[in-house]
Amino acid sequence: MADLLELRGIGKRFPGVVALQGVDFTVRAGEIHALLGENGAGKSTLIKVLTGVHPADAGEIRFGGQLIRPGAPKDAERLGISTVYQEVNLVPSLSIAENITLGRQPGRGGFLNWRAIRRRARAALARLEVDCDVDAELGSLSVALQQMVAIARALDTSARLLVLDEPTASLDEKEVAELFTIMRKLRADGLGIVFVTHFLDQVYAVTDRLTILRNGQLVGEYATADLTRLALVGKMLGREVSAADFSPGVVAARPDQTAPILTASKLGRSGAIAPVDLAMHAGEVTGLGGLLGSGRTETARLLFGIDAADSGRIEIKGAPVAIDSPRDAVRLGLAFCSEDRKAEGILPNLSVRENLIVALQGKRGALRALSRAEQAQLCDHYIKALRIKTADAETPIKNLSGGNQQKVLLARWLATRPAVIILDEPTRGIDIGAKQEIEQLIAKLRADGLAVLFISSEIDEVVRNCSRVLVLRERRLTGEVAGAGLSSENLMHLMAGTHEN
Amino acid sequence: MKTKSPVIWPLAGLGALVLLNAVFNPGFLHITLLDGHLYGVPVDILTQGSRTMLVALGMTLVIATAGVDLSVGSVVAIAGAVCAVLLQDGHGLATTLAAAIGAGLLAGLANGLLVARFGVQPIVATLILMVAGRGVAQLIVDGQVIIIKSAAFDYLANGFLLGLPFAPLLVVALYAVAHFTLRRTALGLFIEAVGDNETASRFAGLAAARIKAFAYVFCGACAGLAGVLAAANIRAADAYRAGENMELDAIFAVVVGGTALSGGRFSILGTAVGALLIQTLTTTMYNLGVPPAIAPVPKALLIIGVSLLQSEKVGRWLGGLGRKKEAT
Repeated sequence: MADLLELRGIGKRFPGVVALQGVDFTVRAGEIHALLGENGAGKSTLIKVLTGVHPADAGEIRFGGQLIRPGAPKDAERLGISTVYQEVNLVPSLSIAENITLGRQPGRGGFLNWRAIRRRARAALARLEVDCDVDAELGSLSVALQQMVAIARALDTSARLLVLDEPTASLDEKEVAELFTIMRKLRADGLGIVFVTHFLDQVYAVTDRLTILRNGQLVGEYATADLTRLALVGKMLGREVSAADFSPGVVAARPDQTAPILTASKLGRSGAIAPVDLAMHAGEVTGLGGLLGSGRTETARLLFGIDAADSGRIEIKGAPVAIDSPRDAVRLGLAFCSEDRKAEGILPNLSVRENLIVALQGKRGALRALSRAEQAQLCDHYIKALRIKTADAETPIKNLSGGNQQKVLLARWLATRPAVIILDEPTRGIDIGAKQEIEQLIAKLRADGLAVLFISSEIDEVVRNCSRVLVLRERRLTGEVAGAGLSSENLMHLMAGTHEN
Repeated sequence: MKTKSPVIWPLAGLGALVLLNAVFNPGFLHITLLDGHLYGVPVDILTQGSRTMLVALGMTLVIATAGVDLSVGSVVAIAGAVCAVLLQDGHGLATTLAAAIGAGLLAGLANGLLVARFGVQPIVATLILMVAGRGVAQLIVDGQVIIIKSAAFDYLANGFLLGLPFAPLLVVALYAVAHFTLRRTALGLFIEAVGDNETASRFAGLAAARIKAFAYVFCGACAGLAGVLAAANIRAADAYRAGENMELDAIFAVVVGGTALSGGRFSILGTAVGALLIQTLTTTMYNLGVPPAIAPVPKALLIIGVSLLQSEKVGRWLGGLGRKKEAT
């Protein structure tokens, strides 16, 4: 097979960070090639270099044998390199047809040829064997279908190389399987596909070869079939990993039943979650399991005062409390790490330091400002304790990789010394090394006597970290498992609603 | 890595403008001591610019919360009208000042409530008072231009303290107090956090609505005091002309000073330099005899220039030029 894409010696620096150094990357026509690495390994940067978002400082790119220098995403697209990003970059208020052809609508003299627009959109969707009304508003579709539209749009430009940057992050299993079918079909058509993912199962399910990056440097390129899962993880982490690292040792024993720190009774909000009873104990990790859209995040938002509950009450250490805003919640010793880091977590242009202290400072109020020394001490402590990779505490947080941003947000909450911490998908979109660190941190929080509410869509992760799991399905609480009953199978049955004994 | 100070470019612009003036008009930088008071063009610029500086100080905080206050010019007119009427009725200076600044506070509170409590777009919310405020000012003075005869009041805008003009001294002192308060308490951080990502700030436990409302109230109070200085400067309350286009000058000063209209990071020092830059330009054109009708054109050119210098893209382009030169 011919090399479709060849990157040689790619280097890229950002202020204070060497993001890529001497990286080679080759993709053949008719293959699915995984690009793997921890957060901050340089995957995103490499893709941005390839697609012209950030031109490289060093090295050369050959595409179909030709030397190219994409200076903007449009250049890359014209050459036949199309990218589908994790967050769908489409316009929700436009129709499917408009989204697929946006920016290159057929027409003449400023007038659009609507018939040609629809025809092209239908053709693009037909290639993916997706059947939907091209006049429907994009925003009315499920995320999975929007993802398909994004791929259709990418293919509409007669792409020869398709870059899929974590396309599966918000898809359920069935949708992932559908996506894989499409990817295999496109591979058979001779496309080269770059597939970025954090899910190792998916790497083995669909890719032919893989390239691993670490700390901005190339670790190596391998045929997927030649590399065992353990070896793969070892190469990503730069150390050999034993299976023991991921087994919890002892399934976390439930602490002696003391009075709960937080109890919610009949807490609910119509349209979001049916009334839920929930109790959280010091030194216990309680899981909140369920599929996407089952009402997990909605429950967390009620507890934290983001949305107003229309039924039920919350007690903290037996005393009824009113939580009408996150501010109330923080003052009562609660903390909430949102699943949407970008929209609800980071203050992108502010420094790591400011992002780290903001919740504690908010709890203290504007007038009792933390001194410079106190701030520096907090930053030093958490940057070391959580191994946050940053040039220094004054770097804007937007310059950090996703996993490191997540660690700063965790530090933001730990600094407030909460009694109860709610972690909503704390490991989403971050690599295996950072995942492991965050799981270790959760274990430490439990040991320190915090009550942790852990929300995750990865069943294994829930089983590993929790001693008790509440399962939600279709916006209501459907079961609770603990102790010996806490297994992946049990949870899956509860989540899927096949728990009929 | 700390980003380069945003004050560099407006400061360079101010320096260039002063230099240009000094070259073509050797008397420009000349300062004389007369009766123990300083006189000269730079002193004039400071005195005349003090009102814009004051309004821009409040505007900085509003813009840092990703908002804008278009009503400041009208609030200047209202405050001036309040002063004239109260002084005419024989009230004392303290009462008058309190009432004028109080009127500004109230106006700011109205803006703040609309924006922070009811979620009205800042442009729309403050446009209401921008239009209605002039009517209110006219009502207060009953459509007349009221002449003010009060030596104490006059001193605020035209007096001297230890040989230095009082108004700019007052404004500089207020800048110092504002800077100290914002940076020594966590207020500055809260405002920047809310401007940078309001949802995330709220989720982190900040009272985002209250912080935004505070910015508008502070801005209203600044505009109120600027109204006092404006009325004292011309010794009259002119509800029709007072504070005209002041919102634009203030917004220009803030943006040129390096605070982005999208909110987040703000620079009080930058705003002060930006306001002086705009006043220097106004004075320069006045001295050159440029007709007032054309005056906005050079102003616009200057603002385009400074904004371009601050833009990341142009910065990268300039940086690229520098690197190429190094390479050859």
